Amino acid sequence: MREIQEFSLDDLRHLVSPRALTGETMVLNMGPQHPSTHGVLRLIVELDGEIVVNCIPDVGYLHTGIEKNMEGKTYQKAEVMTDRIDYMYTMGNNLVYCLAVEKLTGLKSPPRADAIRVILAELSRIQSHLLWIGTSALDLAAMSVFLYAMREREMIMDVFELVSGQRMMTTFIRPGGLWRDVPSEFEAAVREIVRVFPKRIAEYEALLTKNPLFLDRTRGIGKIDTMTCKAWDVTGPTLRATGLAHDVRKANPYCGFEQYDFDIPTQTTGDVYARYLVRVEEMRQSVRIVEQALNKLPYGSVRDNNRKYVPPPRSEIGMSMEALIHHFKLWTEGFSPPVGSVYATVESPRGEMGVFLESDGSPKPYRVHYRTPSVPLLQVLPILSKGHYVADLVGIIGSIDIVLGDTDR
Amino acid sequence: MNELLSSAIKALGEKFGGQVSEFRDEVTLLIPPDKVTAAATVLRDEFTFDMLSAETAVDYCPQTNPRFHMVYIFYSTTLKVYLTFRAHVNGDDPKIATMETVYPSANWREREIWDLFGIRFEGHSDMRRLLMPPNWEGHPLRKDYPLGYEEVQYSFNFDEIDVRKPKGVR
Repeated sequence: MREIQEFSLDDLRHLVSPRALTGETMVLNMGPQHPSTHGVLRLIVELDGEIVVNCIPDVGYLHTGIEKNMEGKTYQKAEVMTDRIDYMYTMGNNLVYCLAVEKLTGLKSPPRADAIRVILAELSRIQSHLLWIGTSALDLAAMSVFLYAMREREMIMDVFELVSGQRMMTTFIRPGGLWRDVPSEFEAAVREIVRVFPKRIAEYEALLTKNPLFLDRTRGIGKIDTMTCKAWDVTGPTLRATGLAHDVRKANPYCGFEQYDFDIPTQTTGDVYARYLVRVEEMRQSVRIVEQALNKLPYGSVRDNNRKYVPPPRSEIGMSMEALIHHFKLWTEGFSPPVGSVYATVESPRGEMGVFLESDGSPKPYRVHYRTPSVPLLQVLPILSKGHYVADLVGIIGSIDIVLGDTDR
Repeated sequence: MNELLSSAIKALGEKFGGQVSEFRDEVTLLIPPDKVTAAATVLRDEFTFDMLSAETAVDYCPQTNPRFHMVYIFYSTTLKVYLTFRAHVNGDDPKIATMETVYPSANWREREIWDLFGIRFEGHSDMRRLLMPPNWEGHPLRKDYPLGYEEVQYSFNFDEIDVRKPKGVR
């Protein structure tokens, strides 16, 4: 029988302060099932009274071996695993994987597919931020924001269900384009979101932005500067809240993000409040992008025409022998990209999400590595929380917006 | 290609004997394993590559020498380009110098690589497993580690199934 091994203070000797070993400070366990740890995060917290001296994150409770599992599946089938990584940004997980496969194979997604990808990825970002604004406000004891945020999130989930039949694990974006074209109701549903959303964001802001209790709990808490962010590879809203306007959508555009007009919101203080302001503004910018993409949604095909990589449409299979052969080969054997490795990135709601994909010329990916933004974010948690109260630690965890599926994979 | 990037590639090629390869507009430098940290320091200080965007490994089992490739992907927020380093790691005693001293963010990445590939990082400050339980045997992302189709062990039949499990790989 394999013993369940626990950490002892001795194993963590190099991480805690010498005062913990003499019993002067207290080492306590928090999580992994604590409701405010946003999943299954365990923290080993060293406390001096109520002040956090150090905290040691312990991750891996949600490790499901996705990278290993993907090595055993063909390129198309491995994509289904990617949804489960960052379960708050499923469209983006598919997107970054597809971008990597497209880079490897030389596929090109048509303009219509690109525009729909942009709309869905931005809606995904908004719904992730909505859940974040709800839960992190809940962590700071603001109950009502959660209910309002969930109301709007439902509208976005309905759009996902409309296009793919699934609310979360969509696998709608495929290498070379999309699974299929969006239904005719799509445009009206997204227009409705674009119409109501700016007002709703104003409602959340009315509840939080100038709320004195919220300000007391967030201003000056969990500060970080740009240099530390860069050294620890922190990206996304946490980096932008320190003043550096770095966004993958602007720096290394994908899916035609360079055609859209949007701003990168930044703040300079780098505390919990700054991260809040950045994210709220990001939702507004995302709505702007969605509106622009919807206005110029081109007509045409939503898949690349290279039949060696992209399965033919259903209608063709009954008419053409080649289409039937391609369909059969693609869903049994899969396709074999050229030998080599690529790295593709997108901007997830938490920061830069990248895929390192290596192919050995066989139909299964030789190595897939997800560079996920939550890992560096969690890694700087000790830096952010040092010297703050335990109660603020909860607010800080909320403010960096980690997803444990994203860290553990 | 950017001017500073091409001068960086040239300088690193000359100074550290890096071999340049290009695939799909991505530049990869194969650096001798003992010079990786020195090359990364030059890259960070002289060529503005201020972020270590990703660090991972690839297992080429059953090839043993080199069995692993370390992959470092650097990013420059000023040039907005990526640059990849690769370094060979042998299979019989896999170890390489830590990147933590140059880019602190390598800390957890290297813990993850130790956990999943079993590559030791010399000079690392906290060489514990990151994702798997601390008493786990074997390194799951190695190619000789079985991919699924294993009998599930529950507490009542753990020893019984343990006897007939493939042992060489653990």
